[in-house]
Amino acid sequence: MKHRRPFWLYLIVVLVYIFLYAPILVLIIYSFNASRVNVRFEGIVNIEPCGPFYWFCQLSRNHEVINAARNSLIIASISTLGSTVIGTMAALALQRYEFPLKRFSEGALYIPIVIPELVMGIGILVLFTTVFRAINTALDLQGNARLGMGLGTVIVSHIAFSIPFVALVVRARLHGFDRAIEEAARDLGATEWITFWRITLPNIAPGVLAGALLAFTLSLDDFVITFFTTGPGATTLPIYVYGLLRRTITPEVNALSTIWILLVFLLLVVIQRVQGQQR
Amino acid sequence: MAAEFVSTGSRRRGFWLMLPSLLWMLGLLIIPLGLVLVVSFGRRDTDGNVIYTFTLDNYLRLIGFSRTYPCGSTPPPCFDPLYLTILWRSIVLGLQTTLLTILIGYPLAYFIARAPASRRNVYLFLVLVPLWTNFVIRLYAWIIILRTQGVLNTVLGWLAGLVNLPFQPLEMLYTPGAVLLGMVYEFLPFMILPIYTSLEKINPSLYEAAADLGANTWRTLWRVIIPLSMPGIVAGTILVFVPVMGTFIVSDILGGRQVILVGNLIQRQFLDARDPAFGSAASIILMVLTLAITLYYTRRFGFGEEITSA
Repeated sequence: MKHRRPFWLYLIVVLVYIFLYAPILVLIIYSFNASRVNVRFEGIVNIEPCGPFYWFCQLSRNHEVINAARNSLIIASISTLGSTVIGTMAALALQRYEFPLKRFSEGALYIPIVIPELVMGIGILVLFTTVFRAINTALDLQGNARLGMGLGTVIVSHIAFSIPFVALVVRARLHGFDRAIEEAARDLGATEWITFWRITLPNIAPGVLAGALLAFTLSLDDFVITFFTTGPGATTLPIYVYGLLRRTITPEVNALSTIWILLVFLLLVVIQRVQGQQR
Repeated sequence: MAAEFVSTGSRRRGFWLMLPSLLWMLGLLIIPLGLVLVVSFGRRDTDGNVIYTFTLDNYLRLIGFSRTYPCGSTPPPCFDPLYLTILWRSIVLGLQTTLLTILIGYPLAYFIARAPASRRNVYLFLVLVPLWTNFVIRLYAWIIILRTQGVLNTVLGWLAGLVNLPFQPLEMLYTPGAVLLGMVYEFLPFMILPIYTSLEKINPSLYEAAADLGANTWRTLWRVIIPLSMPGIVAGTILVFVPVMGTFIVSDILGGRQVILVGNLIQRQFLDARDPAFGSAASIILMVLTLAITLYYTRRFGFGEEITSA
């Protein structure tokens, strides 16, 4: 089983990893930059009371950032809950039952994977603006009562693009599931409902959890769909950062990025550990 | 397997379990796409609202024949290949990105797949981490690196200084090259993961069998390994090509206003230019184009479950 791998392969591998990580390292280093305009690195910032963490302190006083972070978390939590429940139901239906429109349902779930996200975003934008305009004029709604884009439209759209991914992941888990233990439970007198909660769900839980984590990260990371479905007061972190990139960029953005990267890294390590223990 | 137990009750249950997903896909995917199609045959009024009619003007304009809009200073009807150039540029960029990610990603995927099982997860984890640090944030990192007084020019200047060469900072940001680099960086993990999945399935004894039969490393790679990992390459191509064709922020941020792709064209029709009808037509063309290329490619080479691995 001993294979000799050539030297150049190691070289390429090292170079690719450098390519993947150099930008991230640069980002982190620049969050300690003394220069306010953040074009060149002019040494490590040292302004009291935070010293080298000056930009992190500035960030914690920035209400726009805190609002955006809160919106991102609200959207990701609710849409994860929704898409996990709906996606798991779809996975059960597709894996276990024959029903009318089954082929159609399977196909529909693949659409978001094979069409550009931009087209889906445009579609939802056109739908919401058309429907809202129609309702607003029909009911003659004025001022705050007028329907418009906001947290609600973003959440509903995030659920839409997450459902297929949850369904795929859960279905993969159901595929290797031994139905004999469910039959055993039924033979021993458990109702179908109890069998589901006590036997089926615990057994597919790792798949459901993996689907939920995927949905959460997809939602947190999403830019395109959010861009077209967001409205006043519903700015998320990616949208906020995008807005900053078109103006002057201070090291605050780097501080934000550094915190983000560290949090994601920790989350991924935890997930790896959890999955490692299950094996 | 489930078919043996089919009864009216279970048919009904399957349908009810599926219903929420179906409603969601219908309401936020199928109806919106239908609406985009309808709008694409309309035109705009002077306020940027859509007038629902049936005209092919938007599509004709996309392929160069403008019937209502002037082409520069030429009054309509006139011929203006502007949008065709944008479409072509997007396709070329999509293909370049795909090819580069295969060339860069394949060796890494191969290396991970042949590493000892205990280390594979760590290597894969290291590919995933950049993927989950936000898309927009990663683009910002490249601004810091590529700009005229940025990291790369500083390093190059320092290197030139070492050997006493005169150095003029390179203009790298806001060029087509910067956009290509950004695309490759953003989508590389989507190529590595499915290729790894297909390589990992290959029975290691095949390598030995090929060697025993006298094939050298290159021949084994070319005749055995690459054909067997084709499903991974196909899945990776779809996962890279489709989003590249529809991305507008990479060109927006790293290309300045210099590099206009079909994604930028569409986005502008809905925000600045306020011509949703024309933007819808461009969206339909984009969707048809990516679906056609994807379909042709999967028919030609086929793909398995690799696409879901990422």
